[in-house]
Amino acid sequence: MGNGFLIQAMVYLSAAIICVPVAKKLGMGSVLGYLIAGIVVGPFLLGFIGEEGEDIMHFAEFGVVMMLFLIGLELEPKKLWKIRKLILGTGLSQVLVTTFAVFAISLVLGMNWQASLAIGMSLAMSSTAIVLQSMKEKNLMQSSAGRSSFAILLFQDIAVIPILAILPLLAIHTINADAAVSHSILDGLPGWLQTLALLGAITSIIVAGRFGISPLLRIVAKSRIRELFTASALLIVTGIAFLMGMVGLSPALGTFLAGVILANSEFRHELESDIEPFKGLLLGLFFMAVGASINFQLIAEKPFVIATLTLGIILLKASIIFTIGRFSKLSHDQNMIMSISLSQVGEFAFVTISFIGQLDILNREDTELMMAVTAMSMSITPVLILLNEKYVLPHLGTKKIDERPADAIDEKNKIIIAGFSHFGSTLGRFLRANGVNATILDHDSDRVDLLRKMGFKVFYGDATRVDLLESAGAREANILISAIDSHETNLVLVETIQKHFPNLQLMVRTKNRFDAYELMNKEVKHIYREHLESSVRMGVDVLKKLGFRSYTVQRAAQHFIGYDEAAMQELHKLWHDTNLYISAARKQIEIQEELLNNDFAQKPSFNDHAWDSDEMKRVFAGK
Amino acid sequence: MVLFAHPRFEHSVVNNAMVVMEKQLSFITFQDLYESYPDFNIDVKREQELLLAHDVIIWQHPFYWYSCPPLLKQWIDLVLEFNWAYGPNGDALKEKYILNVVTTGGAREAYQTDGRNRFTINQMLAPFDQTATLCKMVYLPPFAVQGTHRLQPNELAIKVEEYKALLNFLSIETSPLKTLLHLEIINDHFIQPK
Repeated sequence: MGNGFLIQAMVYLSAAIICVPVAKKLGMGSVLGYLIAGIVVGPFLLGFIGEEGEDIMHFAEFGVVMMLFLIGLELEPKKLWKIRKLILGTGLSQVLVTTFAVFAISLVLGMNWQASLAIGMSLAMSSTAIVLQSMKEKNLMQSSAGRSSFAILLFQDIAVIPILAILPLLAIHTINADAAVSHSILDGLPGWLQTLALLGAITSIIVAGRFGISPLLRIVAKSRIRELFTASALLIVTGIAFLMGMVGLSPALGTFLAGVILANSEFRHELESDIEPFKGLLLGLFFMAVGASINFQLIAEKPFVIATLTLGIILLKASIIFTIGRFSKLSHDQNMIMSISLSQVGEFAFVTISFIGQLDILNREDTELMMAVTAMSMSITPVLILLNEKYVLPHLGTKKIDERPADAIDEKNKIIIAGFSHFGSTLGRFLRANGVNATILDHDSDRVDLLRKMGFKVFYGDATRVDLLESAGAREANILISAIDSHETNLVLVETIQKHFPNLQLMVRTKNRFDAYELMNKEVKHIYREHLESSVRMGVDVLKKLGFRSYTVQRAAQHFIGYDEAAMQELHKLWHDTNLYISAARKQIEIQEELLNNDFAQKPSFNDHAWDSDEMKRVFAGK
Repeated sequence: MVLFAHPRFEHSVVNNAMVVMEKQLSFITFQDLYESYPDFNIDVKREQELLLAHDVIIWQHPFYWYSCPPLLKQWIDLVLEFNWAYGPNGDALKEKYILNVVTTGGAREAYQTDGRNRFTINQMLAPFDQTATLCKMVYLPPFAVQGTHRLQPNELAIKVEEYKALLNFLSIETSPLKTLLHLEIINDHFIQPK
């Protein structure tokens, strides 16, 4: 590891740390922040980063691969199957129409048909990285714009396979073609064997996902070494990406598939939170590389041509997508979001355009030009999204975003239960019996297994981790129920929630009143002492056995619980005022004594005069 | 103050329409008894304080088995205490106005001496009438939305308007109310001009 690497890492990281928070403060979103950071450190401004920008971009594209894996994780096969029509319909029409339109325009501009077709196919693609990152950041993934955009992007990823196959056929000088294409080990093989290998690769991902990965993760999880789990998660992603690359398929597509298969796994949330930081860093690096690779020299030479081409292509793509959006009955505001978001040329064009250049379909000058246009269009998109959001959408009734259909891709549950031991599971069963399905977090993998066998949807992870809470949907949820056994964990969880998800309502289980006092110190409003109801109920049964009437005792119990809750508020002040770490034990005895005295003085159970005619009799007898 | 008692409120179209309207009127204190006391454990002190703070009390409820749902009866049993609401020193509610607002599945024709139900609605409300009287309150004729099983949306809207007119009337003046005491149901005074 040379100094060069460290310096580069420092440059990228500090650029990101400076630019991204500033961009976010200004309401621009992180993507734009990274792009600007890239431009600033790039060869044309500060020059910290030289020509290696493109290499870094190839490396950082792995962030896109990870992102698709994460998206797959949130998409169960059943849900994917539900949106198949959306993928085929909007995706196919977008790719075909855009390709054809660009093809026709290029012909008119005087290019030969091979070059026109090649450019058409390249420009039809949009940037998965920019679009999904922006949409996720704005919480738009579940809106109809988000789902349609996702469908189109997914189809584009699939379309990469045939496009890479067609490009060499367009080469004018066939001799160069072989050299450029041989990136797959299958090239020497006959066609049917290649197809077989492709199918084999996909099948092995499915089989491994179904039967191999989960048991492996279970073993790793039992070892209780956190970084080992992270390592396995990374291994899964890199392994699949490598396998797909070997047979010449898009690695992003492969990891997406693996993600979908693992979406039902109990390790889903854990995988998500392990991969998430890597994805975030790599994507950031990727955006910075795009920013750094913008050839400002070329732009300075031909500002007019590049501006016209960039705006032209954005306008063309946006209007085609808008038309398709009309056909799939998107409302205007959703349609605008989608059209603007998908209007850029995607990162995939960097690959195909350089490929086209190598194949001599396009001359060097035009290749450079197209590269610049691609980078420009990607950099402009976040700005356009911002403008659209600020100035266009307010006139189109943005509020509708909330009305999502019931079968949204990933409907986050509104309630999260942390801890699914006896307490949590009873609670969860009761909620489920009333049609309320909660997202459940538990950290004991054996219990997770058992409960899953019994048909519960339980996920594995440590509920006090912010990233895990985040992927469990803590931002969208309304209520977090902590049914955790350990008081210490409870306190940590409460602090985490109050700090990171202040809007989430907290309902917390505690063991006893002293733990409850500590939660009250933290301003938790809904506290449930686990013994209160059941011990009083037991008392009710005892009194009944002693001959008390059921309803009388029932009312006495209601009164007692009400009185006890009130007494807890009262005695909390006593607890609050003391230096509890020194005298906690003595204080507990003191409070017990206070309680017993109160009981004696107030007789909470026996001052019930309902349906009592004694007083009436007394009054009338006295007359 | 409206004391509303409906054990299955979420399924009642008619009461929903009425309650939506009531909640918009700022001069009304609306009390959903089944929401406040699902365990029938009524907070007597609180209820008595609320009663003292209001001049007109409404018992709003469906007319189950020719009477009110059990929680409202529980409320009457517990809140109207001896020597508070009635008895030698029980003057807390003296001269307050009270009435029942009921919904019935059967039509008005059914609630006639020659109808299927053999009694008129205010005959059947006699226990409420006498309860109020014992508490030295003025018991007004009931407001009734009847034939709810066959009520069309436009008819319901008219009923809600009539009810609203009654509530507005009650909020402003109470003295002319005594002129209405003879009515079978108080609706008749508030029929809206078409």
